[in-house]
Amino acid sequence: MASVILRAPLSEMCGGRTHALEGATVVELLRALESIHPAVEGWILDEQGLIREHINIFVNGEHGREDTRVDASDRVHVLPAISGG
Amino acid sequence: MTEVLVGTKKGLFALQGDPGAPFEIAARAFAGEAVEFAMRDPRSGRYFAATTNAFYGPKVWLTDDPAGEWHEAEGVALPEGGDDALKRIWTIVPGEEDDLLYAGGDPGVLFESRDGGLHWELNMPFWEQPTRPEWGPGAGGLCLHTISTWPGDPSRLALGISAVGVWLSDDAGKTWRHGNKGLLARYLPEESREGSIALCVHNMHRAPKRPERLFMQFHGGVYRSDDAGESWNDIGEGLPSDFGFPLVVDPDDPDNAYVIPLTADMDRVTPEGRVRVFETRDAGSTWTPRGDGLPAEDAYLTILRQAFGGTGAGAGMQLYFGATSGEVFGSGDAGATWSTAATHLPPVYSVRVS
Repeated sequence: MASVILRAPLSEMCGGRTHALEGATVVELLRALESIHPAVEGWILDEQGLIREHINIFVNGEHGREDTRVDASDRVHVLPAISGG
Repeated sequence: MTEVLVGTKKGLFALQGDPGAPFEIAARAFAGEAVEFAMRDPRSGRYFAATTNAFYGPKVWLTDDPAGEWHEAEGVALPEGGDDALKRIWTIVPGEEDDLLYAGGDPGVLFESRDGGLHWELNMPFWEQPTRPEWGPGAGGLCLHTISTWPGDPSRLALGISAVGVWLSDDAGKTWRHGNKGLLARYLPEESREGSIALCVHNMHRAPKRPERLFMQFHGGVYRSDDAGESWNDIGEGLPSDFGFPLVVDPDDPDNAYVIPLTADMDRVTPEGRVRVFETRDAGSTWTPRGDGLPAEDAYLTILRQAFGGTGAGAGMQLYFGATSGEVFGSGDAGATWSTAATHLPPVYSVRVS
């Protein structure tokens, strides 16, 4: 299972920073996270299943998108972008 | 003791105090987040806040104690499988049935809750308007900012949208029609104005004691309707500028309304460096400046769409407005005199009084 690593407030909403999840792509991992922790539904992915504009996903340190492939040993970081006001 | 809910660029501030003196900050919530709008439902006493987190998107929250824990409402999202995502919630208003509330947002969407705000559903007839693909946003987005209910009649609604004009329903939102007759879009070329729905309504309020009457602040123009929003007459003469955003109506006097003019669409600050609220007591035939106690020189403030609210009625009506400079001003005598209720807040997005 891939590891999805969250920061606050998502980590607080999901009861921890690191989550082992099943999925072949980034969006599948995020959907799996939502199914276990419904409180984050709509927080990372919008209602169209797209990663929100100011959320960055990194797969093993490389920028990832919804359809980026992930393997069981991958580490997926969900980070707020360095943007906003 | 009066409570003023101030939504700001960096959180919600619940101010408490009495008119004529500085208010204290009784609670702050959503630190660091934009709070577009906050209100207290007078029926339940429940507080609502609409936030737009720069990272995690728009949410609606509710609580019985603004200093305590807030709970995220469910269903505040657009249908999956489309092209659009919800960008922002601009307003939340109580409906005319028990536990009924409405919320309006960007992109021009209306939500309804029938359980006191816990769960929300999109109004599908409005979402599926055939002209929606032609709708265009104002500078603040495609914002449904005004939901005007009809006292005692849940079937009648009026919506104001920037920039898609006025929409009316007589069947509780099952069908919708335009209410734009008389509105003049001076920002469009003359040859494009006839029949255009690109109408930038900035704010609209109904006079509860004469509900067929509405007042409107337009993008260049102040208007009044006496036929429930079907048609509009310009009442802006006598104001230093007919551009502005917020509007308040005296709930007991349908001839009494307040606006805060800004210089122009290209210069959105208080005219002549003076902060003044303008009042009409004759339904817009004449306007009187009310600035006693407000900054009178070198004051170039911007007061946004939802940043003006009131409570009570008549000569003792309390009025409060906030500026993007972080000040909140209040009056306890219907605008005759003003004082500073708060300073050094983040830019003020909304002001509502409970």
